[in-house]
Amino acid sequence: MKYFSYLILVFWLLAVLAGYLLQLNPNTIDLNVILHSPSTEHWFGADDLGRDILARILRGVEVSLIVALTVTLITMVVGILVGMLAGFYGGRIDAALMQVTDIFLAFPGILLAIAFAAVLGPGLSNLILALCLTGWVSYARLTRGQTMSLRNRQHVQAAESLGAGVPRLMFRHILPLMTSVLVVEATYSLASVMIAEASLSFLGLGIQAPDASWGAMLRDGVRFMLVAPHYVLIVGACLMSLILAINLGGDYLRDKLDVKREIE
Amino acid sequence: MFKRLLNTVIVIFGVLLLTFLLIHLVPGDPVEVMLGESASMVDREALRTELGLDQPLLQQFGSYLSKLGHGDFGHSIHTRTPSIDLVKTRYPATVKLALLSLLIGLVIGIPMGIYAALKANHWQDFVVTIVSVRLSAMPAFWLGPVLMLIFAVWLGWLPVSGMESNTSIILPAVTLGFGLSAILTRMTRTSLLEVLNDDYIRTARAKGLSERVVILRHALRAALLPIITIVGLQMGSLLAGTVITETIFSWDGIGRLLVESIEKRDYPVTQACVLVVALSYVVVNLCTDILYKVADPRVRSTL
Repeated sequence: MKYFSYLILVFWLLAVLAGYLLQLNPNTIDLNVILHSPSTEHWFGADDLGRDILARILRGVEVSLIVALTVTLITMVVGILVGMLAGFYGGRIDAALMQVTDIFLAFPGILLAIAFAAVLGPGLSNLILALCLTGWVSYARLTRGQTMSLRNRQHVQAAESLGAGVPRLMFRHILPLMTSVLVVEATYSLASVMIAEASLSFLGLGIQAPDASWGAMLRDGVRFMLVAPHYVLIVGACLMSLILAINLGGDYLRDKLDVKREIE
Repeated sequence: MFKRLLNTVIVIFGVLLLTFLLIHLVPGDPVEVMLGESASMVDREALRTELGLDQPLLQQFGSYLSKLGHGDFGHSIHTRTPSIDLVKTRYPATVKLALLSLLIGLVIGIPMGIYAALKANHWQDFVVTIVSVRLSAMPAFWLGPVLMLIFAVWLGWLPVSGMESNTSIILPAVTLGFGLSAILTRMTRTSLLEVLNDDYIRTARAKGLSERVVILRHALRAALLPIITIVGLQMGSLLAGTVITETIFSWDGIGRLLVESIEKRDYPVTQACVLVVALSYVVVNLCTDILYKVADPRVRSTL
């Protein structure tokens, strides 16, 4: 199974690379092939403006990965800082910070991201901002729990009694011990951010035309489903395969690094 | 229990604050964004006064809260209808959809999970687990169109979208329920496997009870307890998931109202939708917690 996920990931990397090398233009409009089915010229067919679906998928995966990586990185840094502060100091700081995360978690699923994206307005940077504003919470929770249990380890107490300062304790003695947990979490969150990005774009809140994005393509695909069912099926299948591969990669890392995840 | 209630009150306050602040996150002038650049100065000022945007922030929040207390969730800036009326007309449809999806999720998920647990580490378990991982990674905007294509367009058994016919609810409910069933399958499997190693199960088997009784009466009762929590938590993603699913299937629920209000930049309605969904989720979670405590004798004493 893990080879299968490698295979998909390698395939996607090659595909993106090929997209670069072949200089496919995702925005070339050809009115003669509007909504055509897959052919030798357009492997995945053409969309409602006669643009090559394959080229747009390849551009879309780039955008999707950029968003996913940026959001994961930012939310991780913020979440780790908040979580470590809460877990390390405990008491009032912990109570206050966790109360804030409770409030964020009171908005189910993607609702808060939708709300933020709606008021911030569409566009790549606002999309990233909306996803970051909601994404840091899970890392904060995770890091807090880890910090609390690691805080009382002997090596941390030894370092503390030797006079190590708080930043040193946090970043040299506690953080390295939770890397594997965080790496696994980050892998899964790449997949969930990609889904969230596609969802927002699907609702018209993300990346705007004419830029390619999978969510927007899916929306167009649904719109033209009766005349060109291949459109939505192909884009969806691509998204699914990538998400599946990333999740399987996460499973592999989890087993390899021996991380016990809480209820997903 | 008191602590749990106090926490809920604080969370509700926070939800109100965050929802209130939403409109202040609009880059630039929210009034201009809502009305468009061509709106006259008079209209703008009227709306600004109506929304109270000309007052200090703290005072705005105060009047927002007191209005909510009187059941005033603001007005749609286009139709002048009170937001709460719009929400009220749409809310039952969403609840109906969410409940049916929940039912579908439970009916598929729990038996599948039991089956996987009983066949643990056999190929059947492997297949079920892979399928459930696959399903849970299948977002509504992919599963929905696929179901729509197969059952509505190609086979013609069910309506494509809308809510005119009694069968209209089936496709959106299955779309939402499938993802849920995947999570429930995995949870039931894990939790049943854990329980199956317990001493009392060994005792039950040693007493000579049939495997059927051991699983259904003894193991499942304990194994299903964590499922209550999962169902509660998943109710939230169901509520949020309806946004996408309702949009795909033109199901006139609160999710679609939210999307429509965003498209029209009708922020008071957006705020009301977000608030109502979030509050529903808080209430569902609270009920889940209480239910869990009532259902589990081990934690009942802490009630």
